[in-house]
Amino acid sequence: MNIVVCVKKVPEIDQVTVKDGKVAASGAGMTNPFDMYAIEEAIRLKENVGGEVRALTFGSDDSDSALREALSLGADSAVRVWDDSAEDTDIMGTAEILAGAIKKMGDVNIVLFGKQAVDNDASSIASAAAGYMGLPQILFVKKIREIDDSKIVAERATENGFDVVESPLPVIISVVKEINEPRLPSLKGKMKAKKARIDVWTLEDVGVDSSAIGAGSPSKLTEAKEPPARPKGEMLSGETPEELAEALVSKLKENKII
Amino acid sequence: MDYFFNETQEEIRELAYRIAVEKIKPLRAEYDENGTFPWDVAKVLADADLFGCYIPEEYGGLGEGLLSGIIVAEQMARICSGIALVFGGTLLGTYPIILYGNEEQKQKYLPKIARAESLSAFSITEAGSGSDATSIRTTAIPDGDHYVLNGTKQWVTNGGEAAIYTVVCITDKSRGARSATAFLIEDGAPGFSYGKKENKMGIRASATRELVFEDCRVHKNQVLGKPGHGIRLAMNTFNMTRPVVAAQAVGLAQGALDEALAYSLQREQFGNKIFNFQSIQNMLADMATSIESARLLLYHTCRLAEEGKVDVTKLSAMSKLLASDMCMKATVDAVQIFGGYGYMKEYPVEKMFRDAKITQIYEGTNQIQRLIIAKELQKEFNRNLKNV
Repeated sequence: MNIVVCVKKVPEIDQVTVKDGKVAASGAGMTNPFDMYAIEEAIRLKENVGGEVRALTFGSDDSDSALREALSLGADSAVRVWDDSAEDTDIMGTAEILAGAIKKMGDVNIVLFGKQAVDNDASSIASAAAGYMGLPQILFVKKIREIDDSKIVAERATENGFDVVESPLPVIISVVKEINEPRLPSLKGKMKAKKARIDVWTLEDVGVDSSAIGAGSPSKLTEAKEPPARPKGEMLSGETPEELAEALVSKLKENKII
Repeated sequence: MDYFFNETQEEIRELAYRIAVEKIKPLRAEYDENGTFPWDVAKVLADADLFGCYIPEEYGGLGEGLLSGIIVAEQMARICSGIALVFGGTLLGTYPIILYGNEEQKQKYLPKIARAESLSAFSITEAGSGSDATSIRTTAIPDGDHYVLNGTKQWVTNGGEAAIYTVVCITDKSRGARSATAFLIEDGAPGFSYGKKENKMGIRASATRELVFEDCRVHKNQVLGKPGHGIRLAMNTFNMTRPVVAAQAVGLAQGALDEALAYSLQREQFGNKIFNFQSIQNMLADMATSIESARLLLYHTCRLAEEGKVDVTKLSAMSKLLASDMCMKATVDAVQIFGGYGYMKEYPVEKMFRDAKITQIYEGTNQIQRLIIAKELQKEFNRNLKNV
């Protein structure tokens, strides 16, 4: 089975600041945590039904670390798509680029994504890529019940439980964290990943018209704001537990909570 | 801080600490309380290729030498030195095989240990034979192609869990320690059983048991090294493994510093973070300084031991002595910085304090280490006299 797992390098959440309407991140960054479940599931598929896992990302060379993480865990090869003009490409452009790369790979049976990236939380790339490729999609998969060369049966997480969805292959899925427990890399895996070659494809390689990406993207981030600070709590004062309880009760009554 | 690790050693350090934080930290309080043996952690280490990192490549390990084992032991002990012993105790049990095993013995045992399918253990101590290792009483009397073992070994780390034991016995009562010989005894050998699991002050996730031999017949193929060289085998093994106790102590002390520093920067008294009080700063600075000096001596000793050009008896004893004494003090101070909270089991420094004490006792008490160091000084003095 030819398996592709899409990964994204994201900033560490506690290293993100908003300044002058722009998002800035310091620190080394990390692989999108949700993608770790997609990587794990891709490797389990390979272990269970055979085949190869290719890791794919769209980004500058800074994104190589996410690919190397996938390689260290058991992916067989890695591809990064980039063009200097592609900075600030929006969701649709990114999906088109990934779809182009997957098409170029040829005979792909299944593509896995994490359910969303923790930086922009859009949760749309898997759907959009499926759209560009004209392939079926199953989002928020919490379990793959069965899979063979022709079809997949998966449990799709919903708010109240799950749906059982069947789809022919090739298929695009996104996974939620209930699907597995990601493994740790092995030392040999890490050392191999360090030295592994990463193929870099251009926009031309993946057949994407560069006018609709980067600065030409239809949607743009115009302003970023920090979430409003939480209002300060109020400390109640009192000498004894009884006094404190009385103060609390009157406060709750005052606010019509009880 | 650059410790001049190579690329692989850096990766080993990073991975071992990650395993400690992600896989050991959630278990340490429970395993300490219940004395659960950490087989699960051994498997995690094996899956990460770390369990046999010091075992030569041709026997299924990574072939990264003693220093790699030290790095793993230190990073594990930083989170839990009890659980770390599943690795450290096995290293102690495995080094005699690496140093003295014949090809057949190495092929038979080392690959299984590297995969954590089998653990190993080393055993010399007896009820009446502690610091004086030459007073062992367990006998292995030759009988044709076999030896018949009788006696009881005490306080064996990994006892009852390991599949393969290096056991030092005397083969001739009249010759005593001069007849001391090491044997490889497998779990399940007829006449070999285990005594009770000891209820210990610290390192409670590590299993410590007696080994009981009652007319246990073993083939002479199970002799490790040369007959009569058992004490030498033990001492040369300790030269390689005392640094592991030092690594355990350095890691443990570092863990105590990590906790105490974080706490001091968060705890407020008199309207101030307690870190801002000089008495606290002094303790933290002393801890950090003593940890760093013990660590540097440890790494230096390991590098010399791996190079094999000089006898490391003195440095190995010094590493263990310095690291374990400083570890005891660092954990005492960590509890002090936590104050009353440090005395409570809710906070990890209470356990670190209990875990620290053993490092001053086993693999030769620190009083014995000082005797070894002094003896080496005397030897050096006499050698220098000759050279004048």
